[in-house]
Amino acid sequence: MPTDDVIDPGAIAMPQIEAKGFSFTYSGSSNPSIRDLDLEIERGEFVLLTGPSGCGKTTLCRCLNGLIPNFFAGHWEGEFRVCGIDIAKAKTYELAKLVGHVFQNPENQLFSLSVEREIALGPENLGLPRDEIRERVEWAMEIVGISDLRGLAPYELSGGQQQKVAIASVLAMRPEILVLDEPTSFLDPKSAKAILETIARLNEELDMTVILVEHRLDLAARLVDRVLVMNEGELALDGGPREIFGKAAHLMGVGLPKVTLLFQMLREDGLDVGIPIMVEEASAILRELLN
Amino acid sequence: MIEVEGLVFRYPNGFEALRGVDLRIGDGEFVAIMGENGAGKTTLVKHFNGLLKPTRGRVLIDGIDTKEASVAELSRSVGLVFQNPDRQLFSETVREEVAFALRNFGFSGEIVEKRVERILRLLDLSEYADTSPFLLSGGERKRVALASVLVWDPKHVVLDEPTIGQDYLQKERLRNLVMQINNQGKTVVIVTHDVEFVAESKPRVVLMSKGSIVGDGRAEEVLSDRELVDRASLIRPQISELADSLSDRGLPRHLIDAYSARSAILKLLRDKGGCP
Repeated sequence: MPTDDVIDPGAIAMPQIEAKGFSFTYSGSSNPSIRDLDLEIERGEFVLLTGPSGCGKTTLCRCLNGLIPNFFAGHWEGEFRVCGIDIAKAKTYELAKLVGHVFQNPENQLFSLSVEREIALGPENLGLPRDEIRERVEWAMEIVGISDLRGLAPYELSGGQQQKVAIASVLAMRPEILVLDEPTSFLDPKSAKAILETIARLNEELDMTVILVEHRLDLAARLVDRVLVMNEGELALDGGPREIFGKAAHLMGVGLPKVTLLFQMLREDGLDVGIPIMVEEASAILRELLN
Repeated sequence: MIEVEGLVFRYPNGFEALRGVDLRIGDGEFVAIMGENGAGKTTLVKHFNGLLKPTRGRVLIDGIDTKEASVAELSRSVGLVFQNPDRQLFSETVREEVAFALRNFGFSGEIVEKRVERILRLLDLSEYADTSPFLLSGGERKRVALASVLVWDPKHVVLDEPTIGQDYLQKERLRNLVMQINNQGKTVVIVTHDVEFVAESKPRVVLMSKGSIVGDGRAEEVLSDRELVDRASLIRPQISELADSLSDRGLPRHLIDAYSARSAILKLLRDKGGCP
């Protein structure tokens, strides 16, 4: 039975991120960094964005928070909407509320003298009342699991802890979309795994859309719903992780999880037993085979 | 030869980053120093070219005590490429950046030009020769930093986290390059937590944790040691986890890369008389 709770049926039918024939060329460059992009991403999707260096991943991230075309000058064509807002017409601060951005190196993002102050900064800039700021800071620290670090200065923390602070400070803005550009590059594998699992949990618990740029496919492949592979500014592949890693990704110069690589090689040897993306699956297939 | 004896290093704030390290790296060896963030890896290699001097113990480079030599002298034989290229790059163009040290060492203009062109080609940077390093991507800036050290042909090359920000193809190229300079007889030391990169390159692995060396041996041995790897906040290579889970089916435990695993699996199947 229909209810009155539905505010705007149009808004529901519309994808959260939508590009139509969008191209962008930086000033001074002759080649477009994004070419004729058609893309729809729904609310709550966990998307892995990958592809060789210079393929346009970072440029796409900059569109999501409106730095393109507002901050980075250039020529664009087509349409790009984030939460219904046309990025060409939006003010950067409007999108900043909706899209949180976490960078590769947390050192470049943190500068306050305590973790608490760092996380409060965003909400303070939104001009929120004091109580709400306090509430959001507590919530963000708790959900990322850093409440015990509140009094420390970011420079006293390990790389993994710093990256969690960076994520919490973005979450305190309560964004609809979280964009992370290689957030684990500087971290050791255990810290990287913890960060990626935290991100997966945020996606699930808060139904927050996540766009993750990541080279550690061994860790990321199992967590995401969808994989986008870009190449020379174009969206070359778009599908579920099994579909992409099982078939085509090797051709695009994208690294594969090593168990996936192993089974692709075995298939070339005539052993067609499926293409796993996780160790557990690979182990089960081989156990059967070696029985 | 790089010799480290009883090395203790304390930062001015009192933090003891190295707590008695003994290590010997022979000429022409290929070594990966691995371990968690803050284990002391970077602090250790900064001793190799004298950027840091021991609080206690000593470091000898080809027999020379680093306390007796300047960074400039030591740098002739030890080329250190930093983790963050932005702390290293400062010139207006890539070509200038790469030529800088050679000019400082007093090479003639012609030799400088030849060597710079060669190294830019080797690192796939020729098209950026006249571009400012600061307009390049993170991965490209890293290669510029690497070029600016390799160009003066140091005997020992130390790379701090060379794979960060590099995509799959660039990593493959980097691996080939590292193998190539190692085959030329140079000592290559990489500091990294890229387990899969190491699993495919198979250097000697020195594992550090909390300022000490906790493991040292062939990559196959060290990286397949679950307890040791865990202690250093690393995660075993996927193939190692797979091999471990199937050791009761006859798969060797020391497998760490997909290529060896493929051969081992095919051999097992053949021995069983199955296909293919």
